[in-house]
Amino acid sequence: MSGQGVSRRRLIGAGAVGFSGLLLSGCDRMAQAPSLLGLVRSAQDLTLGGQRLLLSSQPLAREFKPTDISAKFKANGTLYPAGDDYQAMVENSFADWTLQIGGLVARPYRLTLDQLRALPARSQITRHDCVEGWSAIGGWSGPQLGPLLKRAGLAPQARYIVFHCADDLAGSNDGSGLYYESIDLFDAFHPQTILAHSMNGSPLEVAHGAPIRLRVERQLGYKQAKYVMRIEAVDRLDHLGGGKGGFWEDRGYEWYAGI
Amino acid sequence: MTDTTLAPPTAADARAARPGREVIYRHTRVVRLTHWINVLCISLLLMSGLQIFNAHPQLYWGQTGADFDRPIIAMVADDWRKPHPRGLTHIGGMTLDTTGVLGVSGGEVRGFPAWATFPGQRNLAVGRNWHFFLAWLFVGNGLVYLLAGIANGHLRRDLAPTREQLKPSHIWRDIVDHIRLKHPTGEAAKRYNVLQKFAYLSVIAVLLPMMVLTGLTMSPGFDAFAPALLDLFGGRQSARTLHFICANLIVLFIVVHVVEVILAGVFNEIGSMITGRYAIKTGDHP
Repeated sequence: MSGQGVSRRRLIGAGAVGFSGLLLSGCDRMAQAPSLLGLVRSAQDLTLGGQRLLLSSQPLAREFKPTDISAKFKANGTLYPAGDDYQAMVENSFADWTLQIGGLVARPYRLTLDQLRALPARSQITRHDCVEGWSAIGGWSGPQLGPLLKRAGLAPQARYIVFHCADDLAGSNDGSGLYYESIDLFDAFHPQTILAHSMNGSPLEVAHGAPIRLRVERQLGYKQAKYVMRIEAVDRLDHLGGGKGGFWEDRGYEWYAGI
Repeated sequence: MTDTTLAPPTAADARAARPGREVIYRHTRVVRLTHWINVLCISLLLMSGLQIFNAHPQLYWGQTGADFDRPIIAMVADDWRKPHPRGLTHIGGMTLDTTGVLGVSGGEVRGFPAWATFPGQRNLAVGRNWHFFLAWLFVGNGLVYLLAGIANGHLRRDLAPTREQLKPSHIWRDIVDHIRLKHPTGEAAKRYNVLQKFAYLSVIAVLLPMMVLTGLTMSPGFDAFAPALLDLFGGRQSARTLHFICANLIVLFIVVHVVEVILAGVFNEIGSMITGRYAIKTGDHP
């Protein structure tokens, strides 16, 4: 009888494993069913609308004291962009690097790193929140994005500002995996939205996005595009990359990362 | 007749009412509906929350906290390069081997196991999509419950303890009854007992609002609107830790709640949350 008991126990055990496996895969299928996920993701509009209402007076993200700066600030995503082009830029200290500002603007132009550094800068010590859950505090300096866009003269139909980056985070060979990000004009003209060329008083390191990274405080880390090469004003996002407005957005993350 | 009887008895009640048994109308439609929506929301919020937690299964205290900082709670592998790493859970200065459940499970290095997360596979993006969708549904559902509960007097009449119930002797007797697993009959069964009221009220008035507020404190956008929340909870990472602790307390409540439902009569209890009608022993007959 004991043998039968064991086999029955085994059977029940196997059944339980099988059932929970079935339940799990069922759960995963439900979680990712396109029709359901479409409804689930529509809640983003509610979050964006709600936060835009609360932030209509454009309050600043909290700024911290120099003593609050994290001793070590974790670098995430790309730590060193691959390819000879970026390597060459590092080797001559980005002397040949230029930032293009174009798209739906009246007067597209380019800036060298020296020109960018000579512009009036805003310095801010802010908290950086990774989508994974961790936070670190860093000090950032660089020109505000708003005046740079005004200088180019945004066309009336421009709605988003896109940041094209040098790093291919997906490791593709054809450029389809290049990092990019986008924000709308509400955030682009916020006083804390800057192109940071310095971090904690030193030129931005490669791991943190040299020569410049976007700081759009009030949103998560994946919006803070590193290795920015080109800024483009556009009227829609669906013709870029995977059509969702950013590298991680194309992989299912929220376009509005204020939450 | 007590106030819990909201509707006059119907013919069905008359049929159901046998000697020694009385059927009362215990749960209004809005309570029943919001209860089951809440079951769906909280189950999936807990599981999608663990999916999000697994992206960084460490908790800190203060404004910041990342890989280089000392967590107060962490679920990790002893050495992920080993073919069979051990799962370790650190709580304060204590370390527990939790292989198979926390730290390492199903041959994977992950905070919580696949059966506890939604989705089961590692997918932070989909976990977040669901968590925020459900959070909206949960808040909307909670507001309907609260507004209806205030308007129809449910909160005041059924959940606020009476003066008599708040007497230490009464509370003590209730504790002893609970330990003996003795459930009230007759008139006493028509209202919630005082420990039950405390449990429900602490969930409704403390834990669930804490979940919403600590959740909002993790939002960098909401922080710009209400920076006072950062001071209230001691920082974004403290808020994340409190969010996790309160979620665990909700799980504890659910466990006790379900055990009590089973002890008190599973069909009568679940039936009453579906139909609204609840049978009580009148105590007139043995």
